[in-house]
Amino acid sequence: MSTQPSNLESRASRARRFAALVRKESYQIVRDPSSILIAFVLPLILLFLFGYGVSLDTTQTRIGLVIEEEAPLTRDLAAGFQASRYFTVAVGRDRREFEEDLVLGRVRGIVVIPKSFMADYAAGRHPALQVLVDGSDPNTANFVQNYAQATVANWERQRLNDGGGQSPAISAEQRFWFNPELTSRNFLVPGSIAIVMTLVGTLLTSLVVAREWERGTMEAMMATPVSAAELLAGKLLPYFILGLTSMTLCVLLAVFLFGVPFRGSVAALYALSATFLMPALGQGLLISAATKNQFLASQLALISAFLPAFLLSGFLFEINSMPTVIQWITFIVPARYLIPSLQTVFLAGDIWPMFGKAIAAMLLIGSVFFALAARSTRKRIG
Amino acid sequence: MTDGAPFVRIADVVKRFGDAPPALDHINGEILGGRITGLVGPDGAGKTTLIRLMTGLMVPEEGKVEVLGFDTVANAADIQAAIGYMPQRFGLYEDLSVQENLNLYADLRGLPLGERTATFDELLEFTDLRRFTTRLAGKLSGGMKQKLGLACALLRKPRLLLLDEPGVGVDPISRRDLWKMVENLTKEGIGVVWSTAYLDEAEACDSVLLLNEGKLLFTGSPVELTARVADRVYKVSGITQGRRQKLARYLDDENVVDGVIQGEAIRLVMKPGTMPRGPDDGSAAPEMATTTSRFEDAFIDMLGGGPGGRSKLAETQTPFAIGNAKPVIEAHGLTKRFGDFTAADAITFDIPRGQIFGLLGPNGAGKSTTFKMLCGLLKPTAGEGRVAGFDLRRDAAEARNRLGYMAQKFSLYGDLSVAQNLSFFAGVYGLSGARKRDRIQLMTEIFGFARLLDMSAKDLPLGLKQRLALACAVLHEPEALFLDEPTSGVDPITRREFWTHINGLVEKGVTVLVTTHFMDEAEYCDRISLIYRGRSIALGSPDELKAQVASDELPDPTMEDAFIALVQGSEEKEAA
Repeated sequence: MSTQPSNLESRASRARRFAALVRKESYQIVRDPSSILIAFVLPLILLFLFGYGVSLDTTQTRIGLVIEEEAPLTRDLAAGFQASRYFTVAVGRDRREFEEDLVLGRVRGIVVIPKSFMADYAAGRHPALQVLVDGSDPNTANFVQNYAQATVANWERQRLNDGGGQSPAISAEQRFWFNPELTSRNFLVPGSIAIVMTLVGTLLTSLVVAREWERGTMEAMMATPVSAAELLAGKLLPYFILGLTSMTLCVLLAVFLFGVPFRGSVAALYALSATFLMPALGQGLLISAATKNQFLASQLALISAFLPAFLLSGFLFEINSMPTVIQWITFIVPARYLIPSLQTVFLAGDIWPMFGKAIAAMLLIGSVFFALAARSTRKRIG
Repeated sequence: MTDGAPFVRIADVVKRFGDAPPALDHINGEILGGRITGLVGPDGAGKTTLIRLMTGLMVPEEGKVEVLGFDTVANAADIQAAIGYMPQRFGLYEDLSVQENLNLYADLRGLPLGERTATFDELLEFTDLRRFTTRLAGKLSGGMKQKLGLACALLRKPRLLLLDEPGVGVDPISRRDLWKMVENLTKEGIGVVWSTAYLDEAEACDSVLLLNEGKLLFTGSPVELTARVADRVYKVSGITQGRRQKLARYLDDENVVDGVIQGEAIRLVMKPGTMPRGPDDGSAAPEMATTTSRFEDAFIDMLGGGPGGRSKLAETQTPFAIGNAKPVIEAHGLTKRFGDFTAADAITFDIPRGQIFGLLGPNGAGKSTTFKMLCGLLKPTAGEGRVAGFDLRRDAAEARNRLGYMAQKFSLYGDLSVAQNLSFFAGVYGLSGARKRDRIQLMTEIFGFARLLDMSAKDLPLGLKQRLALACAVLHEPEALFLDEPTSGVDPITRREFWTHINGLVEKGVTVLVTTHFMDEAEYCDRISLIYRGRSIALGSPDELKAQVASDELPDPTMEDAFIALVQGSEEKEAA
C-alpha cells in the first residue's frame, strides 16, 4: 500500500498519466466509426460539393435569341452569342416562340435583335437590343442582361478592329488579380477547409466529451488522482492532431485534385490552422461541459459554430453587405478570420501583417472559450 | 491514522437538489476499515449522493464528510489518491479492451511499472478475466463488466473501496463471486462500502446504514436490526390451494405487519405478542412455526408495516370464468435469432387462466426477448405464440387488445401530466365516453392520484411512476397482464402493494406473465421457467425447483440456491 500525497508526486508519473489519457483517446478515435466519419468522410463530401457541385459562376445559361431580320450583320452578332461560353442559344424568328419557354423556365431570357438594328447600325447610332428576363429570379436576370450587353460590346469592338475602322476612343479592360479566371472554386475550397476544421474541432470534441458524461466514464475518471486540467488537455491534444490531419487531407485534395493554386507557405497554412483550432476546441469543450448530453451538444455545436462559420464568416456572403449589427457579430466568429487568411495563402501568398491580426483575434476568442470551459469543468458533479 | 479510527465520518450532512425534499437529510454515520458496510435503501433513498460525497466529487450543503482523515471539500485530491470507486453505471471504456482499460487505470493511478506484471496477474486471477484480456469491455457480460470495474478500482490497493450498486444487472452466480472477492479484501483491512437496494445483500453486510427518502432509518449491524422482529416471524406451511386468498385474509388482520407468499407457504411478521390466526373456514389448521427473521421483515416493520390485503383494483375487476381449460398464454418452440446469435431457443410453456407465470434469469439470458415475442413486439424466427387464442403472427392486433403491458423502464410520457397519460392510454385501448371516464376515475381513486393529476409524470417519485404504469396497463381490463421487471428498485412497501393488486387480479381470472430477477418475488409465481443463455433449463413450481436441488448439505434451499444449482447443473451438462 503506497499512497503519496499529491504534492510529492513525481513529474514522471504525471507525464505517464497524460500519455495514458492521450493513448486512450487515440484508440477511441481509431475504433469509433463516427469520429472517422466526421474527421475524414464528411470533409471529403464537403470538399467535393464545393469543388464540383456548388459554383457561384454562371455558365451555359439557356437563352432564346430572336433575329427579327435575317442579314449578314445580325447573323454575325448571333454567332457572337453562340460562341459565348456564358450562353447556350436557341435561335428563332419571333419572340413569341420563346415566351412560353421563359414562363416555364426553359430559357432564362430572350434576347431580341430588332428590325431597327440594321438601320441604327448603318446610321452610326448605337444599336439597341431588347432583353426579356424573368424578374422573379433577379440574380439570373441581371446576369443575362449584363452578359448580353457585354457580348454586344465585344462584337462591336471586334467589327471595328476587323473593319479597320477607328477603334473606340477608350476601352476599359478589366483584369482580376490572384484569381484571373474568377473561378469561385478557387476561393470556396480554401473556405471549406475552415468549415471542416470547425466540424472536427467543435462538433466532434463536444460530442466525445458529452459522451463521457453520458456513459459515466467521466465520473470514474474524476475519482482518480487525475486533475481536471490533465483531463481536458488529454482530450484536446488528440483532437488537435486529428483536426490538422483532416486539414492536411483537404489541402492535398484541393491542390492536386481541384487544381487550386497554392501560392503561400506551408508554415503560414499550419500556423493559421493550428491557431484556429484553439477557439474551435475551446468552444467544443465549453458546449459539452455545459450540456453533458450528446444530443444537445450536437445541436448547440451546429447552431453556434457550424452555421456561423458558413453564413457569418464571409465564406458565402460578403460581410460588408450585411446589416451593421450582423457585421459586429461576425467579429466573434473565429472562421471570419481564418477564411480570408486561408484564401490569401492559397491565391495570393504570405501576407504576414494580415495573418498576424487574424492569429491575434483567434487566440483572444480561444482564450475566452478556454477560460469559460475550465470554469465549468471542475472535478465536481452536480 | 490509528487503528480502529473510522475510515469515514459523516457528520450531520444535508444535500439538496433544487426545490425537491432533501436528498440527504441530516445524516450521521461511520464507516470502519476491514468490514463491508452496506448502504441500503430503495432507489431515490440517497445512496449514490452519499457515495459521491465520500469521493469528494460532490460537496455537502451542510455538515461535513471526513474520509481517511481528510475533509472532502478541502482535500478531495488526497482522498481520490487513496480510494477506489466504482460508479453505478459501468464507468469503463467500452471501446477499449480489458487489458487496455487496466493499463489506462494503472497509469492514472500511478502504479509503478515494476509492480504491474504482478498486480495484473493477481487481479486477472482474482477476477477470472485472464481469458478475456483482448476482448473489448463493451462485449463482456454484466457480471464480467462489474469484475473488470472492481479490478480497475483495486489496481493500487485502495484503503477504502466505494461500490455503488455493484450487484445490479449481475446474475446470482457472478454476484456471489463478487461478494466473495470483496469479502477477501476486508481481511486485508480495506474498508468497503457496498450500496444496494437488495435486502438479501444488506443482510450479508457487517454493518449497514439504512436510508429511505433521504433519511437515515437505522445504523448498526443487520443482526441488531433483525433482532427487533425476532420471534415475530412465522411460516405457515402446507398451503396447496388458495394461498393468494389466504394471504389476503392474513394481511387484513390488524396484528399482521407483513406477509408474503413463499411457494406453498406464507411468511408472516406479527405485531409483538400476537400469533397468526387459524383458518376461519373450518378447514384443518395449517402447520405454523416461527422462523428466522430477515432484514426485509425488519425494514417493513420500521416503516410501520405493509399495506393491507385488499386490492380495490381487483375488487372492481369483472371476473373471467376460470373454468375454461384452454390456456390464455401459449408459447410453442418460440425461437429468435439475431444473425448467428440465438437469443431465445425453442421456448415452450403455457399458462392456464388465473395463474402467475414467471420468467427468471440473469440479464441477457433471453427473458425480455421471449417476453417481447409473446406480446407481439418482436417477430419470432420460428415457433408460435398465442394470447387468448389469437395467433401473434396472424392476429397480433387482436391479441394485443387483450393484453396489458408494463415495460421494464418507465415508458409513459414524462412530459404529459398524470391525467393526460391516463386519458391517452385509455384512448389507445379504444375506451371512450362514459366507460373511459369511469375507468380513469376508478384508477385515480385506487392509486391515490387525485392530488397529482396535473403533475408531469416524469416528476413523480419512482413508486408512483410504477403505480401509474400499472394503472395505464389495466385501464382496459385485459385478460392477460405482461409485467417486465415491475418492481425493480422500488421500496418494499410499494412492492407489497403491487403484489396485493396482482394477486387480487389473478384471483379474478387475469393471467399474468412476469419477468423478475428478485428471487423472492419468484415465490409468488405458480410456475417458473428458468431462462439461461436463451434456453429454458427448468420449468416447474417454485417448490418443485427448490426440491430438485435439495441435498443433505442444503435441506431447505432458497430460490437463489436453486437458481445457482440449476444453472451450474446445466453448464456441466453442456460441458459433458
